[in-house]
Amino acid sequence: MSYVSEFFGDWHALAILLVAGVFPNQIWRMLGLWFGSGIDEGSELLVWVRAVATAVLAGVIAQIIVQPPGALASVPGVVRYAALAAGCAAFFATQRSIFAGVVCGEIVMLAGKWWLG
Amino acid sequence: MSLPALDSPQWHSSLRAFAWGARSVGSTVLTLVLFATYIGIGALAHDTHFSLAWAMASTAFVWAGPAQIILITTLGSGATVIQSALAVTVSAIRLFPMVVSVLPMMRTPQTKRRHLILVAHLTAVTLWVECFRFLPQVPRDRRIAFIHGLGCGLISVSLISTTIGYNLAANLSQMFGAAILMLTPLAFLFSTARNCRDISDVVALVLGLVLFPVAALLNSGVDILVSGVTAGTIAYGVHRWRVRA
Repeated sequence: MSYVSEFFGDWHALAILLVAGVFPNQIWRMLGLWFGSGIDEGSELLVWVRAVATAVLAGVIAQIIVQPPGALASVPGVVRYAALAAGCAAFFATQRSIFAGVVCGEIVMLAGKWWLG
Repeated sequence: MSLPALDSPQWHSSLRAFAWGARSVGSTVLTLVLFATYIGIGALAHDTHFSLAWAMASTAFVWAGPAQIILITTLGSGATVIQSALAVTVSAIRLFPMVVSVLPMMRTPQTKRRHLILVAHLTAVTLWVECFRFLPQVPRDRRIAFIHGLGCGLISVSLISTTIGYNLAANLSQMFGAAILMLTPLAFLFSTARNCRDISDVVALVLGLVLFPVAALLNSGVDILVSGVTAGTIAYGVHRWRVRA
C-alpha cells in the first residue's frame, strides 16, 4: 500500500465518519445558529437555555464517571468517585484552580488503580 | 498573558484580533487538557484501525471530544452505523444550547447569520467556557475575529496531538488510557464550576450531576436530555424565584 492510500484509509470509513460523526454534531450547531442568531442577550429564554446547557454538560460528566468508556472501565467505581471527590476538594481548597482540581483527581485515580489493580 | 485594554489600537484590525485569539490558546489550562485528550483519541482511532486521515478529519469536523470517543468505541465494538449515529446525536445535543448562549455575546446589529457559521462550528465545551472568560475583555466588534483565532488555535493543537497519539498508540498502556479518559470529566467539571456566576448556575451543575444517574435508570437512550432539561428548568425556577424575591 502506498503512503497516500495508507494515510486516507478506505473511503467507506470516511463516509461513515460523515454520517455518524459529522452530521449528528453539526445538526445541533446549525440549529443553535438558526435559533441563537435571533435571540436577545438579556432575554429570559437565554437564561433558561444556559441553565440547560450547564445541566446537560453535567450529565455528560456524570455519564463518563458512572458508565465509563474504554480503558476507564478498568478502574473500579470506588476509585473513580474518590478521584472526583478529591479533585473537588483540591479545587475548592485552591480558590477554584482548574489545574489543581484536575491534577489531584488524576493522582488519586492513578494511585487507586495502581493500589487496587 | 493579558489582553490589550478595550480601547487599545491593537483592536483596530480584525487580523490582530484573530492573532490575539490564537495567542490566548497559551493562557488556558484547557489547552493542555485538550492536548492530552486528543492524544488519547488519536491512539483510540489507531487501535480501532481507522486511518490517520480519518482521525484528523474527525478532530477537525466533529470537534467534540466525547462524541469522537463514543463514535470510535461504538464503531469499534461492532455497532451499526445507525446505532453509533444515534448515540453521537444524543451526546451532541448539548452543543445546541451552547451555541445559542454563545452567539448573542458576539453579535452586533451589522452581523449576518453567515458571519457566525464558523463560530458555531468552533463551539464546543472548551470554547464555550473560554468565551465567558475572555469575551468581556474584547471589544464587541472584534469578538468574532478573536473567537475564530482562539478556535482555530485550539483545533490546530488538537490536530497535532491527534497525530502524536495515533503514532504513539502501540506504546501507550491501559493506565495511560484510563488517565486520559478521566481528564474529560474533571476538566469539564472544574471549568464549568469556575464559570458559575449565580446560584442558578450552581444548581444547574450540581443537579445535572445528581439527576443523571437517576435518569439513567429509565434507560431511555436520551437520559442526558431528560436529566439536563429537568435540572436546567429547576435551576431556571430558582433564578426566577430569586429575581422576584
